[in-house]
Amino acid sequence: MLFNLVYITVAIVIIIGFYAALFKRNLIKIVIGISLIESGVNLFLVSLGYREGGIAPIYTNAPSTYMVLPTPQALTLTSIVIGVATTAMLLSFCVVIYRYYGTLDARKVRRLKE
Amino acid sequence: MMSKIVRTQANFLYPLIMIFGFYIVAHGHLTPGGGFQGGAVIATGVALIAVAYSYKNVKTWIKKTRLTATEAIGLLTFIITALLGISRSFFYNWLANTGLLFGQPVPYGINPGYLNTAGTLPIMNFAVGIEVLGGLGVIIMYYLHYIKEVSKNAV
Amino acid sequence: MIWEFLANNSPALIIAIPLIAAFATSLISRVSTRARNIWVILALVLTEIFVIILLYQVFNFGTKVYVFGASSYNLTLPPDSGGIPIRIIFVVDAMSIFMAFTASTVALAGVIYSISCENEQTGQDKYYTLLLLMTVGMLGMMLTGDLFNFFVFLEINSLASAALVAYRVDRGIAVEAAFKYAIISSLGGLMVLFAIGILYGQYDALNMAMVAYRMQATGFSNLDKIAMALLTVTLAMKAGAIPMHFWVPDGYGKAPGAISAMLVTTTYASLYGLFRMCFTVFGLAANTVTLGWFLIILGVLSMFVGVTMALVQHDIKRLMAYHSVSQTGYMLLGVGVGLATLGTTAFNQYGLAAMEGGIFHLINNSMYKGLLFLTAGAIIYRIGTSDLDKMGGLGHSMKYTMIFFMIGALAIAGIPPFNGFASKLLIYESVYQFNPILSIIAMIVSILTLASFVKVFHSAFMGPKRYDVKEVPLPMLVGMGILTFFIILFGLFPNIAMQYLVTPAATALSDPVGYITRVLGGGSL
Repeated sequence: MLFNLVYITVAIVIIIGFYAALFKRNLIKIVIGISLIESGVNLFLVSLGYREGGIAPIYTNAPSTYMVLPTPQALTLTSIVIGVATTAMLLSFCVVIYRYYGTLDARKVRRLKE
Repeated sequence: MMSKIVRTQANFLYPLIMIFGFYIVAHGHLTPGGGFQGGAVIATGVALIAVAYSYKNVKTWIKKTRLTATEAIGLLTFIITALLGISRSFFYNWLANTGLLFGQPVPYGINPGYLNTAGTLPIMNFAVGIEVLGGLGVIIMYYLHYIKEVSKNAV
Repeated sequence: MIWEFLANNSPALIIAIPLIAAFATSLISRVSTRARNIWVILALVLTEIFVIILLYQVFNFGTKVYVFGASSYNLTLPPDSGGIPIRIIFVVDAMSIFMAFTASTVALAGVIYSISCENEQTGQDKYYTLLLLMTVGMLGMMLTGDLFNFFVFLEINSLASAALVAYRVDRGIAVEAAFKYAIISSLGGLMVLFAIGILYGQYDALNMAMVAYRMQATGFSNLDKIAMALLTVTLAMKAGAIPMHFWVPDGYGKAPGAISAMLVTTTYASLYGLFRMCFTVFGLAANTVTLGWFLIILGVLSMFVGVTMALVQHDIKRLMAYHSVSQTGYMLLGVGVGLATLGTTAFNQYGLAAMEGGIFHLINNSMYKGLLFLTAGAIIYRIGTSDLDKMGGLGHSMKYTMIFFMIGALAIAGIPPFNGFASKLLIYESVYQFNPILSIIAMIVSILTLASFVKVFHSAFMGPKRYDVKEVPLPMLVGMGILTFFIILFGLFPNIAMQYLVTPAATALSDPVGYITRVLGGGSL
């Protein structure tokens, strides 16, 4: 049960993220939702390589050689970097939309349909 | 522009942040961290200066075109370092264990951490550090640029 | 010697050249605009040359592998790795290189077209940087044999294309479209990453061949089902199949002309990912009949709903975008029939032919839909509106654009002697043997497509002269001409395309065992 706790956390974080991304009206909150999903996925990746009592996989002055798996951590780092780029881009879209529309309400940002 | 206390603190902290960021980049192949993290720390220094002094002042010190050029140079260094190994394969670590710069062989297992190892990896870390400094710096500068415009138009 | 070196390293160079070009663009544009334009075109021409070299290699010597960072470029299993491919491996089979050929050709046409189409816009150096990054993303997705690497290239591609959709701000409307597109892409990308995490947790590998091999050995678990559902649904969403198509008209409609044409190949990169997952990764373990019917149903829905939505549009680019959804349906239908019959005797009777039809339609549609978007961009470039009701009489002054549009419209409607006819005929014939109703729906959709394009042609080019405009500049015509050349070539001589591109691609895609043994069987050919 305790071992599954991290996966339950992952599921909760992702579901909250989905809720924010799909049902919130404010564009910034939608971006926050995307960020939450990303954090959930990153947590999932890191937890895949975890083993109990393992140390960080770095040989420099390591106290023991019982380490967690480094590959998922590398994947997570890559994913975080991509996430930074995505979030920055989405937020700058929000900035531009606010400049032209004067609002961030998703119900009012719909000139495309006209 | 913030008060004199904040500006003095920023002046004091700025070199420390730079050194810490440089440390993280340089030790990327030995400790947690590396190019992206170190570059992000250095970019925090840019953000600190931009918050402590107003955007109008910072704009004259830090040019956006120069940051873009920094970014391009970092990325080019990265990809060309990778390309130099193409006689074996792309991204081949052609510097490791050659005895040249960063070319010391690494002993297997736990070691105290030798800086002069890992071949092309530190070079790529520096390249990524330069790139992230440029990229995040440009992002910060553009966001600040927009803050000014919005307050002027007052939508 | 040098030839052999270039041929062996071409998978890496195809990615490296546009990457270097993209990063150097912002430096070179400080020298002069002209130098930058030549630099960008040169980079894509070189990429195209390397793609053709690799095409030749793959056609003659079979699937190629390229291992990044290894001491030898084809060392997939290093001696100390314990039989696991630990590095990032590019696996270039006939299907991958077929897709790469399509993508690089459209990108080349798009960039030549952009030279004069965008020359009055601001921020052009960033435009070309992003355009090259978008090309890198597409090519990387098509060539890679590694799941995580696939995700990275997917994200590079999504970020670059979302930024390009927003390139012409257009009073914020383009940014609104780009915001939608970016949200959808990043949601899709994250779900792909989640599925990759599930697969990695079970099989301890990121290499597609290794994952497929171990999945076959241990059986198809419930977690695999979740991963498969996530991957297929999100990649179908990024390919613009029907229940998840809502971003397509907005994104295509608001992007600059050349970018709309390249977005078509971008969605097909996702479609390629979908096919690769269905056939290679899950094809051996999962129930291919269910998976095949999933693709068929998506395909039929996309075809029919796409074309009916297109009929009522008044914006020329939104209309074409809905047609793009509809044409994607043909590919899903053709390849879906192939997947549903995979491994049975029916596969050799008509399944392979259906797959060939679907894959042939993919390159055909990239060419003619690219051409149509470029002509739409040319019209907007000259008269400044995309509203069909405000157009008219352009045939008097823009003769070449009209001819190009006519060729594209006839090709999309499946009229001989253009290439759309060849692939649609293949799909009709083979799908009719599988299920006659599906084939009849496909034919009806084709007729509706013709009706829709007759309307566009009439309202844009016919009638009295309303605008006093000139023909578009030469580079734009050259860009359209490149795509027209392939449309006519594949229309008049479909055998050339079938023999050198399509049949090897369909055979390679339907042979997951060959793919796996090529990667896991050691480095030698």
